[in-house]
Amino acid sequence: MTDTGQVATAPAPKRGIIDTLELDVRLLGMLVAFAAIALVFTIWTGGTFVSPRNVFNISVQAVPVAIMACGMVFVIVARQIDLSVGSMLAMCSAVMAMSQATWLPSLMGLEYGSPVILVVTILLGFAVGTGMGAITGWLVGYQRIPSFIVTLGGLFVWRNINWYTTNGQSVSLTDPHLLMFGGTEGVLGAPVSMVLGVAASVAAVAGLLSARRNKQSHGFIVKPAWAEGVMMAMVVGAIMLFVTWLSRYPVPEAKLKRLFEARGEVMPEGFSAMHGLPISVIILIVVAVGMTITARKTRLGRYIFAMGGNPDAAELSGINTRALTVKIFALMGFLCGLAALVAQARLQSHGNDIGMLEELRVIAAAVIGGTALAGGVGTIYGAVLGALIMQSLQSGMAMVGVDTPFQNVVVGLVLIIAVWVDIIYRKRMGLTK
Amino acid sequence: MSNTPHTPLVEMRDISISFGGIKAVDHVTVDLCPGEVVGLLGHNGAGKSTLIKCLSGAYKADSGQILINGEKVDINSPRDARALNIETIYQTLALADNLDAASNLFLGRELVNAFGFVDESKMEAETRKIMARLNPNFRKFNVPVSALSGGQRQSVAIARAVYFNARILIMDEPTAALGPHETQMVAELIQELKAQGLGIFLIEHDIHNVMKLCDRACVMKNGQLVGTVKVDAVTDDDLLGMIIMGKKPAKAA
Ligand SMILES: Nc1ncnc2c1ncn2[C@@H]1O[C@H](COP(=O)(O)OP(=O)(O)OP(=O)(O)O)[C@@H](O)[C@H]1O
Ligand SMILES: [Mg+2]
Repeated sequence: MTDTGQVATAPAPKRGIIDTLELDVRLLGMLVAFAAIALVFTIWTGGTFVSPRNVFNISVQAVPVAIMACGMVFVIVARQIDLSVGSMLAMCSAVMAMSQATWLPSLMGLEYGSPVILVVTILLGFAVGTGMGAITGWLVGYQRIPSFIVTLGGLFVWRNINWYTTNGQSVSLTDPHLLMFGGTEGVLGAPVSMVLGVAASVAAVAGLLSARRNKQSHGFIVKPAWAEGVMMAMVVGAIMLFVTWLSRYPVPEAKLKRLFEARGEVMPEGFSAMHGLPISVIILIVVAVGMTITARKTRLGRYIFAMGGNPDAAELSGINTRALTVKIFALMGFLCGLAALVAQARLQSHGNDIGMLEELRVIAAAVIGGTALAGGVGTIYGAVLGALIMQSLQSGMAMVGVDTPFQNVVVGLVLIIAVWVDIIYRKRMGLTK
Repeated sequence: MSNTPHTPLVEMRDISISFGGIKAVDHVTVDLCPGEVVGLLGHNGAGKSTLIKCLSGAYKADSGQILINGEKVDINSPRDARALNIETIYQTLALADNLDAASNLFLGRELVNAFGFVDESKMEAETRKIMARLNPNFRKFNVPVSALSGGQRQSVAIARAVYFNARILIMDEPTAALGPHETQMVAELIQELKAQGLGIFLIEHDIHNVMKLCDRACVMKNGQLVGTVKVDAVTDDDLLGMIIMGKKPAKAA
């Protein structure tokens, strides 16, 4: 590999630590902002803010918005918008609630709570979400109706079909298998969580190493070994800290007693158990990792970015941008179905207003996370972090006694400030887009 | 027309296409042989780009036929054209500004590894190789092409068309943004590709370049073909006359 013509000879200019680590400055900025918020509320609440219990709650509450924000990144990167995600979530939730509580039990002659019913219900919910998204995508991609209009219409349409599906009634959901997807009712416990944490750390290190080796094999310059080591240490440290922390949140004794009673046993004296990772957070992590791989490593993801950068160029490169639009919105719809599952399991019911105004939070999360509304730019991890930042702010403010309306005022201001700071930063750096 | 012995590589017969009321291309017939460079000339808005876009799959002609190696083909999309080994350098370059050179070069034809995942390092290595040939001064491999100069962007577009072993190459003002040295390199590239037996449609406003590089020249005016001439048989002034007056010189007719 000598004829690759890369710049290897020129003496490297002195590089700052951020450059050497090849850290994304925007990511760094978000992490600093996140840390600052956490620090302020930790001091303000005398430490309760970072207690394992609160970290657990924030994580669990952020999951539905974060899942949908992952899909919204693709939508916005492709120069589209989806205002209907909250209503699609409600629609999926309504179908899933009705099918498990009413339709399937009478149709299949099975009792509510049977695992078969839950499986069919979940598949149905995903299908409905994907279908709604595909309809949006077809109207946008093939009929050329602006996505703003199609999804604004969808916001009204799905919200109200949702109302008719349940006749405006709330449906209470008690199937313990369903509730496992919600958070506190579905946790892995400390030992399994720690094993998963170690496994994730190993996978992350292996991933970084293989990327490095691949670069080296083509004769590119890689960052110094110590910098790679620091990166790995930071990633592994973050994973293990998170897992360890959640593994220190004990399950209340009364609940443990109930669990033992349900199995017809008596709880041994002095027995205790920890929450560990909730299943819903695992789902979010799987979605985020999957979407990141899709964005960076698959043709589909690259075409989405190319289309956002220059739709004509994408088309002239032989990319079927219409079909691609359908895929993007269908994926968004699927993720709404997934978010609906988590949301209704957490709330243990389907209510009419489930997912109400969620579209705004989802878009805000993506934008705070650095997704540019002009298209072509955005990251999944940024959107997840954006969702976490918003949830932390809201949770922190609630803890220190800020009224709900004012919480929303702050979230709105943070959205504007985040984009403002980004614009100033770009101007300073001489970046145009 | 030309009286070459082989079947032409490309024949575009009686192509017409209009936008709204404007006849952008009006019953135009051109052909191209292997190892030949055919220049397309004409004033701004004459219909040159529109004509070749019918061949590259960007537009579908309202009427007319396209034959490749004597066989009638249907080109409905850029994918169809690429499948027929037709590569195009568009006047607008058609680059995704937010992606780097390698991503643009392989856009729509990414290199993947055994698991079906895009192999970025391999694509970058290939891009470095081809750029070393086309524009050795090119260094900006890891930035989005929006950060490149006009000429550097043009190099990327040229590299993309050349990399995939085209049989038919369409170049729509490929040197418009290039400096004299880079223009010279493109001229050499055209001669090299021609020697390899490619057929090249070259849209070019500079008469000297046309005289130097092309075997034949087709002149268009207001969507219509004024005429096709052998470049050896005419002078600069004849060509200029065709472009401006829309008249074929008497002696070459
Ligand atoms: N997509 C389009 N929609 C409407 N009109 C078009 C479109 N593309 C081209 N035209 C019209 O067709 C005519 C021919 O345009 P074309 O781009 O082919 O010219 P050209 O010969 O390439 O000119 P130039 O030398 O300026 O590149 C022009 O009148 C132009 O306005
Ligand atoms: Mg043109």
